[in-house]
Amino acid sequence: MTDTLTPVLSRNWGDDRAWTREAYEAQGGYDALRKAVTLTPDEIVTLVKDSGLRGRGGAGFPTGMKWGFIPQDPETEAGRKPKYLVVNADESEPGTCKDIPLMMASPHTLVEGVIIAAMAIRAEKAFIYVRGEVLHVVRRLRAAAREAAEAGYLGTDVLGSGRTVDLVIHAGAGAYICGEETALLDSLEGRRGQPRLRPPFPAVEGLYASPTVINNVESIASVPSIVSGGIEWFGSMGTEKSKGYTLYSLSGHVARPGQYEAPLGITLRELLELGGGMREGSRLKFWTPGGSSTPLLTAEHLDVPLDYEGVGAAGSMLGTKALQVFDQTTSVVRCVLRWTEFYKHESCGKCTPCREGTWWLVQVLQRIDAGQGREGDIELLLDLCDNILGRSFCALGDGATSPITSAIQYFRDEFEAGMLAPSRELYPPEASMLQRPEVAR
Amino acid sequence: MSEQVSGAATLPAETVAELQELMGRYPQARSALLPMLHLVQSVQGSVTTEGIETCAALLGLSAAEVSGVATFYTMYKRRPMGDHHVGVCTNTLCAVMGGDAIFERLKDHLEVGNDETTADGKVTLEHIECNAACDFAPVLTVNWEFFDQQTPESAVELVDRLRSGDTVTATRGATITSWREAERVLAGFEDGRVDEGPAAAGPSLAGLEIAAERGWKAPDVDQADSKDNEVPTESAEAGAAEADTARAESETVAEESDADVKGGGSDD
Ligand SMILES: Cc1cc2nc3c(=O)[nH]c(=O)nc-3n(C[C@H](O)[C@H](O)[C@H](O)COP(=O)(O)O)c2cc1C
Ligand code: SF4
Ligand code: FES
Repeated sequence: MTDTLTPVLSRNWGDDRAWTREAYEAQGGYDALRKAVTLTPDEIVTLVKDSGLRGRGGAGFPTGMKWGFIPQDPETEAGRKPKYLVVNADESEPGTCKDIPLMMASPHTLVEGVIIAAMAIRAEKAFIYVRGEVLHVVRRLRAAAREAAEAGYLGTDVLGSGRTVDLVIHAGAGAYICGEETALLDSLEGRRGQPRLRPPFPAVEGLYASPTVINNVESIASVPSIVSGGIEWFGSMGTEKSKGYTLYSLSGHVARPGQYEAPLGITLRELLELGGGMREGSRLKFWTPGGSSTPLLTAEHLDVPLDYEGVGAAGSMLGTKALQVFDQTTSVVRCVLRWTEFYKHESCGKCTPCREGTWWLVQVLQRIDAGQGREGDIELLLDLCDNILGRSFCALGDGATSPITSAIQYFRDEFEAGMLAPSRELYPPEASMLQRPEVAR
Repeated sequence: MSEQVSGAATLPAETVAELQELMGRYPQARSALLPMLHLVQSVQGSVTTEGIETCAALLGLSAAEVSGVATFYTMYKRRPMGDHHVGVCTNTLCAVMGGDAIFERLKDHLEVGNDETTADGKVTLEHIECNAACDFAPVLTVNWEFFDQQTPESAVELVDRLRSGDTVTATRGATITSWREAERVLAGFEDGRVDEGPAAAGPSLAGLEIAAERGWKAPDVDQADSKDNEVPTESAEAGAAEADTARAESETVAEESDADVKGGGSDD
């Protein structure tokens, strides 16, 4: 049995000046890189494949398998092209807040992972595409890349291995859609961030039409620990199909919001108990398991194992493990409207179902929220969702329907109440706030 | 004086040199466009017509193409900005926890609407989307630095201090400089403030602190046993499929689980 919490990525976040190379090295940092330079690229790929590491950016795709798709045969045209590694540090899915603290506290963990991953796929150039709205994180990443180059970890001769890895820190400019991996590539090429048609897939034609791996921050940051600890160590945490540890982010009406690093498969009940449960006077009403694009769950799902299979079986998705928790004071209609406004705002406009559909969804939800819902509005919402889900060009459109359909499934009566009374009367917003006026008084 | 770049209206020579430096960081120069637009904002206070024309000329694009990119991203501003950008997260979690109330109070107090600048030119107020700090909700940003766990009262005090020129420090970050200086860092130039502020604070350390109290940690790496045994033989190759994950986001609901874990699970 492993312990309930297993800090690996967050282990050094409390250390003095944890973001510096000096502090990182003092606790074993870059030892994994020293080991990795003694392995062949294929050995690293196989190691990560066999570890069972799955992508932490939302979809849970096996990381090593993704790396294995990169064409390496010099006899083929694709195999001869330069390869690229792109780290997705756009972290913008509502509720998701794990990559930013990781990069703020320990950017070298990510940089070390980048170097190892780049060597594994034979990329000489890597990019970290970080959202622009996090100035201090950008500072810490730039400094870490500089320090790593000064130490000979990055550059033309990584630790004397003769291999080259260069790293560019690239700040985005505010667009949720740029977290979608092909939109990210267009953005990184200096264009509007709109998703690309697939195929061709990024593994074959990605950045500059060259083979490209795109991975989430947490996925890449997990690699050094796997190289150091080995597959048995990694697999000793987590479940059969969801191996290892991960960062769970607890927010909302809980006594102790924050980052909890645990083996995959822990439940929300366990996580809540660790931090003292819900906040005073709160009862759990609904929650997202992995950001706003993952269908809502309720108190009846407290014991669902938070791994890819468990949450899937409960009708939702593990997503980014962003556990946004709302109590009985919260209007689900208000929340769903706000998320839908977000999707409407962030829709890139490329395809009609999403561009037009999110606009209509907002219209209908606004009147329900205002207590002016009309007969048939719930069916209209479901019908609109039906026309977006599976018909959109990318997963943003699909995700936009998740909060709506799940909220109607669990809280239909609240939407019906929106035919009669505004949400702010049914659920006065003050009662949900961090600092509740009633309590203060 | 301004250097001419193929005939277009241009920015100062030193800015042009820095724009070229950014272009040199990428295998293909156009990749530098987003950083270049950040730099234009830092020099000019917004994405100006000269800025667009300079970038276009340097990259061999039309001004319309560059403009089309600039308008796609919310961080690029076509109107002159205040000294400081104040962002209030009003995405759902923060909104519910008080972000809506904070935004209303600030609009009132500053006498501006969304994306408007105060009469004294000090503060531009904007409501922003989830800024990846939900465990610190409700969250504000000043020039994209974090101000965590705010209330309407603390927010009013914060903007008053900004307007009166007091030194203000982020709750997780550095001393506040200005929006323009922040844009310069985003463009790609360090400002020497990396060592300010904590590594992590409050909620970021919640799990770590509980683990420490209870003596919990990840399993030990057994040095003796794990030396080379984890370099295994080739694992099952996936089929012709490709590492397409975007679509899988929505499809994970029910079906993702079996086929796609082939790469893992072969160890024991
Ligand atoms: C609208 C949208 C936004 C996304 N945002 C992010 C993001 O901010 N960070 C991220 O890692 N993945 C994001 N993804 C998922 C990426 O497309 C991609 O699956 C992921 O980066 C792959 O990394 P992984 O295999 O390591 O999980 C987003 C997907 C969509 C459809
Ligand atoms: S689903 Fe939305 S975000 Fe995705 S391509 Fe279509 S319009 Fe753009
Ligand atoms: S909702 Fe405000 S930071 Fe996430």
